[in-house]
Amino acid sequence: MIKIGVLELQGNFELHHKVLYDLGIGSKGVKCLDDFDCLDGLIIPGGESTTMSLLIDSFNLRNSILDFSEKKPVLGTCAGLILMSKKIENDEKVKPLGILDIVVNRNAYGRQIMSEKKHIEIYPNPHGSVDIKATLIRAPKITSMGKKVISMGKINNTPVAVFDGKHIGLSFHPELDGISIFHEMLFDSSSKLFSNKFENFNAA
Amino acid sequence: MSDNQFDIKVGLAEMLKGGVIMDVTNVEEAVIAESAGACAVMALERIPSDIRKDGGIARMSDPQMIKEIQKAVTIPVMAKCRIGHFAEAQVLEALEVDFIDESEVLTPADEHNHVWKHDFKVPFVCGCRNLGEALRRIAEGAALIRTKGEAGSGNIVEAVRHMRTVMNDISRLTTLSREQLVAEAKNMGAPLDLVIKVSETGKLPVPNFAAGGIATPADAALMMQLGAETVFVGSGIFKSQDPEARGKAVVEATTNFNNAKKVMKASTGLKSAMKGLDMAEIPEGERLQERGW
Repeated sequence: MIKIGVLELQGNFELHHKVLYDLGIGSKGVKCLDDFDCLDGLIIPGGESTTMSLLIDSFNLRNSILDFSEKKPVLGTCAGLILMSKKIENDEKVKPLGILDIVVNRNAYGRQIMSEKKHIEIYPNPHGSVDIKATLIRAPKITSMGKKVISMGKINNTPVAVFDGKHIGLSFHPELDGISIFHEMLFDSSSKLFSNKFENFNAA
Repeated sequence: MSDNQFDIKVGLAEMLKGGVIMDVTNVEEAVIAESAGACAVMALERIPSDIRKDGGIARMSDPQMIKEIQKAVTIPVMAKCRIGHFAEAQVLEALEVDFIDESEVLTPADEHNHVWKHDFKVPFVCGCRNLGEALRRIAEGAALIRTKGEAGSGNIVEAVRHMRTVMNDISRLTTLSREQLVAEAKNMGAPLDLVIKVSETGKLPVPNFAAGGIATPADAALMMQLGAETVFVGSGIFKSQDPEARGKAVVEATTNFNNAKKVMKASTGLKSAMKGLDMAEIPEGERLQERGW
């Protein structure tokens, strides 16, 4: 059985376990080096990126996450997206992992009072789009992306869901609304959205 | 208030799970808290143990001080208003704080009514001693519940009492029939729809955090094992001898709350914790947890 790790240093890891469970995919929490054994993928959840970044280094996980991400799929939501980025424009306290070739601006959508739900069109594969309700909470903005990274959906012309063939980064929180399309793309080989099933990916 | 807006408020509470929220009284402390790994800071003029010592009326903090802290850190900034003082809450909303704590630590402004929190876009956290109190606050719009404990005491006993009471109340509800739930809702003084919801799901409808008396890494691990999803540490960090090291240790123990070896490691070599107070030293009329209903 496929088993996906959810990084449990701090944040909203519980609801990612639930999304995976509802898809019939096994999951386990990742807090230390040994937890990486026999995993087929990793989720870096939302939460506070400063806290997670500190704990990644306190618990000596940086290299393990990087090695793992070279071979296996990784999904990051909100703080997870910040951590997966190559560079953060406005925050030196968080040390990004550089898994996704993107630059982000932290809390660019504003404080909690600006948090909101927005309808967006997501192109999870070349065959069509899905309408979802995206919850943005003190969300990071993707300000630039490398050539190999594609946008799967935008808000006001800014990408909020990006994919490089193996890794997905999201500015919003699909797990809060029980949206599973991104988990299906990376981790669910029985889904028609599973990303290995199509080539020449060209989306939004 | 649409369901959407309430969901978004609870959403931020979800992001704070598995972490430590630290009380800070100035920019310097806020920066120390952030670099120790706090997932949010609570900005207030005096920490609870000083409020207890100094006496007088404890009010909402000076907006200038909150603004400076907002500028100094990137993590969420919370601030406290007095129980029932909706005008202080309006000021905090105008400041765009990320969370408002309608807190028994400050002197209550209204002995009969709490703030109607659905009117606000900013989410609220409120304290409780039992499930009935938690559900009354949620009915008023609280997006996050914490135990009251006994703030500023450095004594975990009241937080444990309140967390155990809430958890016992919840598990009892899951065994009752519908007609018994109606009677229970009356006895608890809680809305029936929320009582039914808790009996069906076996948990609070919003995240459930611990506060009031946490002073050591093991205190944090204890509260997490009792069912708390995050801990607030008030006086415990900045009344200790080495706030940064203790803050970091409490953060590490909270993440690894169910791994005794790691909690042991986090607890090792810290300087003295805050002195603390036995409950017998706090006369009943001076207990902060008695404020609010």
